[in-house]
Amino acid sequence: MKLNLRVWLAAAVLALPLASFSFAEEGGPELDKAPVNIQDAESLQRGAQTFVNYCLSCHGATMLRYNRLQDIGLTEDQIKNNLMFTTDKVGNIMKVAMTNADAKQWLGAAPPDLSLEARARGADWLYTYLRSFYRDDSRPTGWNNAVFDKVGMPHVLWELQGRQDPVYKTEKVNGKDVQTLVGVKLTQAGLLTHLDGEKADTTDYDKRVGDLVNFMVYMSEPAQIHREQIGYAVVLFLLFILLPLVYALKKDYWKDVEH
Amino acid sequence: MSKAQQLLDWVDARFPLTATWKSQMSEYRAPKNFNFWYFFGSLALLVLVLQIVTGIFLTMNYKPDGSWIPGTNVSVAFNSVEYIMRDVAGGWIIRYMHSTGASMFFVVVYLHMFRGLIYGSFHKPRELIWVFGSLVFLCLMAEAFLGYLLPWGQMSFWGAQVIVNLFASIPVIGPDLSTFIRGDFVVSDVTLNRFFALHVIAVPLVLLALVMAHLIALHEVGSNNPDGVDIKKHKDPVTGYPIDSVPMHPHYTIKDILGVVVFLIVFSSIVFFKPNMFGFFLEDNNFIPADPLKTPPHIAPVWYFTPFYAILRAVPSFLGTQVWGVLAMGAAVVMIALLPWLDRSPVKSVRYRGPVFKGALVAFIVAFIGLGMLGALPPTDIRTLVSRILSVVYFAFFLGMPIISKIDTYKPVPDRTTVPPFSAKVKMIVYFLITFALAALFAKVI
Repeated sequence: MKLNLRVWLAAAVLALPLASFSFAEEGGPELDKAPVNIQDAESLQRGAQTFVNYCLSCHGATMLRYNRLQDIGLTEDQIKNNLMFTTDKVGNIMKVAMTNADAKQWLGAAPPDLSLEARARGADWLYTYLRSFYRDDSRPTGWNNAVFDKVGMPHVLWELQGRQDPVYKTEKVNGKDVQTLVGVKLTQAGLLTHLDGEKADTTDYDKRVGDLVNFMVYMSEPAQIHREQIGYAVVLFLLFILLPLVYALKKDYWKDVEH
Repeated sequence: MSKAQQLLDWVDARFPLTATWKSQMSEYRAPKNFNFWYFFGSLALLVLVLQIVTGIFLTMNYKPDGSWIPGTNVSVAFNSVEYIMRDVAGGWIIRYMHSTGASMFFVVVYLHMFRGLIYGSFHKPRELIWVFGSLVFLCLMAEAFLGYLLPWGQMSFWGAQVIVNLFASIPVIGPDLSTFIRGDFVVSDVTLNRFFALHVIAVPLVLLALVMAHLIALHEVGSNNPDGVDIKKHKDPVTGYPIDSVPMHPHYTIKDILGVVVFLIVFSSIVFFKPNMFGFFLEDNNFIPADPLKTPPHIAPVWYFTPFYAILRAVPSFLGTQVWGVLAMGAAVVMIALLPWLDRSPVKSVRYRGPVFKGALVAFIVAFIGLGMLGALPPTDIRTLVSRILSVVYFAFFLGMPIISKIDTYKPVPDRTTVPPFSAKVKMIVYFLITFALAALFAKVI
C-alpha cells in the first residue's frame, strides 16, 4: 500500500487522455469551434442584448429570470432599461408574448424553449447553425440551413449577415445528375459583413454570433460561472490539506504493522 | 467515575452499545494485507449514504408531474429539475452530486465485484455474502433505471419506453405485464409517479436491508484477503487474535478515510468541472424535455447498463419472438450470483491460480469492456457480429468455470499472508494501462 496510492494516481492521470478520445462523435456536418468564454462578462452582456432583441420574440427562455443577469455584471436598472420591453417584473422568467397555439398556426410548430438549447445541441452546433443559413426559394420562409436541413426557422439575423447562397456539387448517380450541398457562400453583404469582389469578411458577424452562443451557454447552466471557482477551492483543499494530513495519520497508525 | 462513563454504563445496561462497538469495530479483526482493491466496499457505502442524503434534499423541490406547464412546451417535472439547478440555493451541487453519485456508485461497485472475482471472495464460506452482494447489484440497477426517468427528458422517457417494452416480449402475458408496469399504454405521468415512489422509498428500503445482510454475513465469517489464505489458522497464543490481522478500528477506519479522500478528489473534480462527463453521466439529449411524439434517432442507456444492453441486442429473434435477448440479459446478471457454485478451484486468489484461469479472466475483461462500448453505439453489421462473439465469451467465462477450474494448474498457497514485491505492483499498473490503451483503440476501430 505504501507506494500503491501514488503509483495508482499517476496511472490514472496517464490514462485520462487515452480515455477522453475513445468515443468520437459520429456523423453530422463538420462544426466550427464556438468561441465560448463564460468568464468574459462583456461578451455575455452583448450576447444577452442580441438574445433579447432577436431570439426572445419567438423563443422563450422560461428557465431564466431577468434578474439572474446580475450574474453577468448588470444592475437591475440596466436590465430593466435595456433588456426588458414588456410589462414583466425583473424577477420574472423570460417568456414569449405569443401563445403556443398562435405559434403553431403562424410558424407550423411552436419554437423550442432555448433555456437549455446549448446543453442539448452543443455550443459548436449553435455557432455553426446560426452562420449557415442560405437562400432556398423552395422553403416557405425562403431560407434553408446547411446544418439543419429544411429548418422551420427563418434567418432572423439576415440583416446582420446578409445573404448566403448554396454551393452545390453535381455528381452523376445512376446516370442522373444529383446535386449535393457542399457549402454556402456570401453573395450580398449585411450590416456586419463586407464583400470585396469574391472576398467576404465575416469577422464582425462571427463575433456577434459568438457572443450570442456564449450567452446561450451561460443561460443553459447559470451556476457554471461559480461552479469551477468553488471546484478549485474544494479540490485544492482535498488535495493539499486533507490528503497529506490523512496520509500521515494512516502512516502513523500503521507504522508497527508489517505489511 | 465521570459523567460520560456513567451515561455509557446506563446505556450498556440496556443496549449492547460498547459490546457491539467492540465486536464489530475495535476488536473485529481484518487481514492486514488488504491492497488497493479493498477500498471499494467502504466507498460503496459512502456513495450509498451520499445518494440517500442528496436524494432527500432533491425530493424537497422535485415534482413528479408529467403534465405541461400551460403556455410552454416544458413539463412540470423537467422544469422542477431545472428549478433545482437554477433557483434553489446550492441546488446544482446537490443535483450534480446525485447524478455523479449514480455513475460513481457503479464505478465502485464494478471494481468491488472485480476484487471479489480475482481474489475468490465468493468461495466457501462466503457464498452468501456474494449472493447478497449480487442482489444489491440487482437492486442498484433497478434503482438507477427508475431514477433515470425522473428528470423527464428525452432519454429518460425513451429509455424507459424501450426497457419496459422488453417485458412485452414475454410470451402470452408480456403485453399485459408491460401495461401493468407502466400503468398506462405508454410511459406517462402515471409511470413517472410510480417510478418516483419506487425510486425514493421502495427500492432504497430493500437496498438498505440487503446491504445490512451483506455486512452481517461478512462480519460473521470475516474478510477474505489478496492471498486467499485463512488467517484464523495462526492465532496469537496470548491474545487469541489471528497473527496476520489488525483491528478494524482504528487501522482500517483510518485507511478507508484515506481512500475516501482520494475518492472525493475524483468525485468533486467531476461534480465541479465535468458534471456531464462528456455525455456519459448526463446525456445531452436529456436536456430536451420528454416528447412522446418525437423518437430520438439513437437511444442509448447510460454507460453502466451498456454491457448488458449489448448482450440484449446481440441475441437474434428466434421462433418469432425477441424474448431470448431479454432472457440472455437476465442470465448475464444471474451468472454472477452463481459464481460460488461454478468455480470449483481449490485456491481462492488469482495469485495462485494457473494460466487457464488468467487467460479466461483477460478474455472476460475484454468482453465486458468491449460489450460496454458496443452497447453505447448504434448497431451496424460488424458491431452486431462482434457483440455476439463477446457475449459468447462472457457466458463461456461463467459456464466454463467448472472446466476451467478443473483442468487448470495451481501454485502452492502460502500458509500466511505475504507482501508482494514492488515489481508485482508495477506489473499491475502496466496491465491497467495496456487495457486502457487497447480499449481506446477498440473504440476507434469499431
